[in-house]
Amino acid sequence: MTRRYAFRLWFALALITPAFSQVADELRFCLRSDPKTFDPLAVEDDSSEAVRYLTAGVLLRVNRVTQQLSPELALSWKVDRQGRQITFQLRRNVAFSDGTPFTADDVAFTMNRLMDPKLHSVTADAFRSSDLPPRVSVESPDKVSILFAAPVSSLERLFDQVPVLSGQSRQKTAVLGPFYVADYKPGVEVLLQRNPNYWKTDARGIRLPYLKSVHLIIQQSREIELVRFRRGEVDLVNSLDPDAFEQLTLQAPTSVYDAGPSLESEMMWFNQVASAPLPSYKKAWFISREFRRAISESVNRADLCRVIYKGHARPAEGPVSPANRFWFNSALKPHPHDTASAIHRLDRDGFRLWDGTLYDRGGHPVEFSVVTNAGNRPRERMAAMIQQDLATVGIKLNVVTLDFPSLIERITRSFNYEACLLGLTNLDLDPSAQMNVWLSSAGNHQWNPNQKEPATAWEAEIDRLMRAQAAEPRDAARKRLFDRVQQIVSEEAPFIYLVNKNSLMAFSRQIRNTAPAAVQPQAYWNIEVLQKTTQLAGSK
Amino acid sequence: MKLLRRLSITLLCLMFAIALAADLAPGASYSRQFREFANAPPSARFPLGTDDLGRDRLMRLLHATGISLLLAPSAALASTLFAALAGGLAGYFGGWCDRLLVRIVDLMLSLPWLFLLLAVRALLPLNASPLTSLVVTYGLLAALGWASPARVVRAGARQLRESEFIFQARACGSGGIRLLWRQIVPNLRPVLLAQFLTSIPIFILAEANLGMLGLSAGEPYPTWGNLLQELQNPSSLRLEVFATLTAVALSVCCFKLIFPMEVSRI
Amino acid sequence: MKNWFTKLLGQLGVLAATVLVGGILAGALVRVSPGFGTDERELDARLDEASRASIRAARMADRDLFRFYVRYFGSVLRGDLGMSEAFHCPIGQLIRYRAPVTAVVMATGIVGGWALAFAAAIPAVLCRQRFCAGSIGLLTGILICVPSAVLAILVFNLGGPIRGIVVLVIFPRVFDYLRNLLRDAYSQPHILTARAKGLGTWRILFRHVLPAAAPQLFALAGVSAAMAFGAAIPIETLCDLPGIGQLAWKAALARDLPVLVVLTALITLLTQVCNSVSDWAGRKGEAGRI
Repeated sequence: MTRRYAFRLWFALALITPAFSQVADELRFCLRSDPKTFDPLAVEDDSSEAVRYLTAGVLLRVNRVTQQLSPELALSWKVDRQGRQITFQLRRNVAFSDGTPFTADDVAFTMNRLMDPKLHSVTADAFRSSDLPPRVSVESPDKVSILFAAPVSSLERLFDQVPVLSGQSRQKTAVLGPFYVADYKPGVEVLLQRNPNYWKTDARGIRLPYLKSVHLIIQQSREIELVRFRRGEVDLVNSLDPDAFEQLTLQAPTSVYDAGPSLESEMMWFNQVASAPLPSYKKAWFISREFRRAISESVNRADLCRVIYKGHARPAEGPVSPANRFWFNSALKPHPHDTASAIHRLDRDGFRLWDGTLYDRGGHPVEFSVVTNAGNRPRERMAAMIQQDLATVGIKLNVVTLDFPSLIERITRSFNYEACLLGLTNLDLDPSAQMNVWLSSAGNHQWNPNQKEPATAWEAEIDRLMRAQAAEPRDAARKRLFDRVQQIVSEEAPFIYLVNKNSLMAFSRQIRNTAPAAVQPQAYWNIEVLQKTTQLAGSK
Repeated sequence: MKLLRRLSITLLCLMFAIALAADLAPGASYSRQFREFANAPPSARFPLGTDDLGRDRLMRLLHATGISLLLAPSAALASTLFAALAGGLAGYFGGWCDRLLVRIVDLMLSLPWLFLLLAVRALLPLNASPLTSLVVTYGLLAALGWASPARVVRAGARQLRESEFIFQARACGSGGIRLLWRQIVPNLRPVLLAQFLTSIPIFILAEANLGMLGLSAGEPYPTWGNLLQELQNPSSLRLEVFATLTAVALSVCCFKLIFPMEVSRI
Repeated sequence: MKNWFTKLLGQLGVLAATVLVGGILAGALVRVSPGFGTDERELDARLDEASRASIRAARMADRDLFRFYVRYFGSVLRGDLGMSEAFHCPIGQLIRYRAPVTAVVMATGIVGGWALAFAAAIPAVLCRQRFCAGSIGLLTGILICVPSAVLAILVFNLGGPIRGIVVLVIFPRVFDYLRNLLRDAYSQPHILTARAKGLGTWRILFRHVLPAAAPQLFALAGVSAAMAFGAAIPIETLCDLPGIGQLAWKAALARDLPVLVVLTALITLLTQVCNSVSDWAGRKGEAGRI
């Protein structure tokens, strides 16, 4: 009887233990939406990018904390021919998740697929320095070189975004990353399981990742995500709102982390398109540098940081956040909040303040609208605060919130808007990723896109500087050129940069080896070494 | 009951009067931001505390009360009248009129009217006043919100069409629209009243939800709808935040008490 | 028999025509709405001009509405509901996966909402205490004023069933109608006679009051389906329930024309079926009463 009982108990424990430890070794966090694609080369949205980051193996990886490049599947690399050619020495004895060996042929396969002209993705476009495709040479099973027709700036760093695919495997899901996609329930979750063939080991020789699975729950509502975090249903929140951060600080101070300024900034700009359906006197305001600088100096950035972001933001100096350590121009300062200076600038420009209202030369009261996307509460609040700030210099600002497609139509097609308040996230540290913003002929030159010729001398100068930095192989020289771009932007204020938001995140106390970063994915960039403490021994 | 009705009318008038007086009071402002006092608890200076931008919640509530007490019931009344007309005509006349109206109602219930709202918003000038935007939004809600109750009104009208008193009225020479308006619609009062009272909070909430798409009054204009959005943020859930909900619920209850529920039959 | 068959064919024809008109009108509404043909990827500075042009061309492929309808309805007749532009997934697959979720939400909402509404309306009408009727009226008045988002967060915080939130949305909307209908029915002369003659409360309710109010009750039940779907949209969106409501909302934000045309056609069909069944039941109820 006793023996039978002991056997039953042992059997029950044997059943429970693996299940318990598997659940305990699972990391759970939320995605804001369904991934739009599981094709790692076609990734364009945040959720797909998260899945790609967790499953894809890359040749080189940008360490999110140090922002330095480190070897991954490539042991070493060499860039020559002035940024046109890169040669990789690959790791040996690496296999995909299905056991297929990793060789230089897979890198060639990946690059050929990536540079297919039919594939329009941000990853592919970053490499397109000319119309000609690159030439990929497989020199040996562990050595490959890629030659581009024209220099690609910061070529090696772009490989952080290139997932290496298998050219031989029959399974589309074969990956080289720490996890692979095991299950996907649309609208519910994505389940990633540990890649048993992952090549990385820790210092003790234990194969990584430590976690057995990652459970990505699709949850749009930030409020419900927070409730789930408090209940222990999710283990980390990759991007916290300032209000939620303050709440959690009171309840569980050790669970939250402020990693300092992120790469995100909020900014405002005026419509300077000549053909915009606006009255000519308003167009005259918006193309005036003094007017733009006066608006910038009327905005109290310190208040925006304090009231909306609860101190978890800082006034922005320019297009590059201080989180971007190499490219940030530390000589720049945010435009000061100086109402007297603003009024003086406006006065110089022919505006007159009378009875609390500002009038232009033609006697028109200065009133304009700012469009922003509806549903973004911090941005709506920001617009309301700017509205009050501008009222102190006699300007009436009308805040118009629009749904996103309507907003895009106005700022990219019809140009039927006066000012716009939006945010910008520089996912890439390198300024060449912003070429389409700074070139006057580009479509993302928001204040006056697709110019046949630069409308102003300073835009022509920016064009020259950006092209020069893209063609320059030396980082120091590129930095000098791009610093000058940042200075011009600060002086001319085509974009009025408002704040740089901080990277805020939360971790459950059970998570070990966290290393919060300012660059995305800020909370789980080192997923392979994250550990979850369990109540049962031996789960590692 | 008469006492309750009088009290309700008095209370509603008082709410409206206080709202108007608050607008006219010198120094009072619903938009001024006291940024050092953001999210402040109730105090002598701010009886209902301040919101997340340091704006006086009481002033915002009073202003919103004035405007919402005007617009929401007006829109509800308009949609109820549309429902009475459409449902009454369909139920009373029957035949092809009934069949046509039923199909129109079914289509009205199924179509994504959100896009019409977006199109109308796009037609408004960007510098249109928040009040204009709000009036247009409520007008559209009234124009689109009649379909659901029209069916219930139609069922009631069909039933009444076969009533004895209608036969008698016809026998006395009454007919057509006159019969519909003088005999049938008054007897549909309970249904129409329910529609009117239900529509007021539904339109207020619809206006708030449409604000998520920019289809409502822009900052800093307060409405009951956008003030109710404060409840969505769990971190700001304090007693004073429920003041708007109280005002809305109180107004709806007052309307319920004002209009008698008894039906008079001939 | 022939007459019945002809009638049925006629009804089905009208049903099909209305569904078709619904789909066409939905397409027209989407097409004229601002933001049609845009894509948020156009704001991504990392994409080059060729990619942006390709995205724009793909989104504007359905600009000519007539051509879109001809092409699309042709493919529908072949059994292909098309591809969603926003979800990059066959629309048929999306609907097959999501329809059961919404069906459960709506069924829970309608059944639960009506049960609660009856449970509240009957005492509100029968109870002679004004306090009782007043309290129930106050509760429903408060419930109807609370945004669905707040209800969803409250219920989620308390660990309640998310799918049950629709009950709290439907219940106060149905309650007022129900109470007034029952009150109206109770004031009928024959009910007063029945009470005077000593008939029991429940007998009066089930034998005389409910049948008297039947046509309007069935009509209300018919529009409850539309009400439940309308309530399901914000709840599915907020609570991430992968249903048709969430699909409709996301498709609306993305101006996903094929999805919206299909969904409108489906909703038109569902609305007509529900309303036709409620009309038929109402007529039967009325005939039975007479």
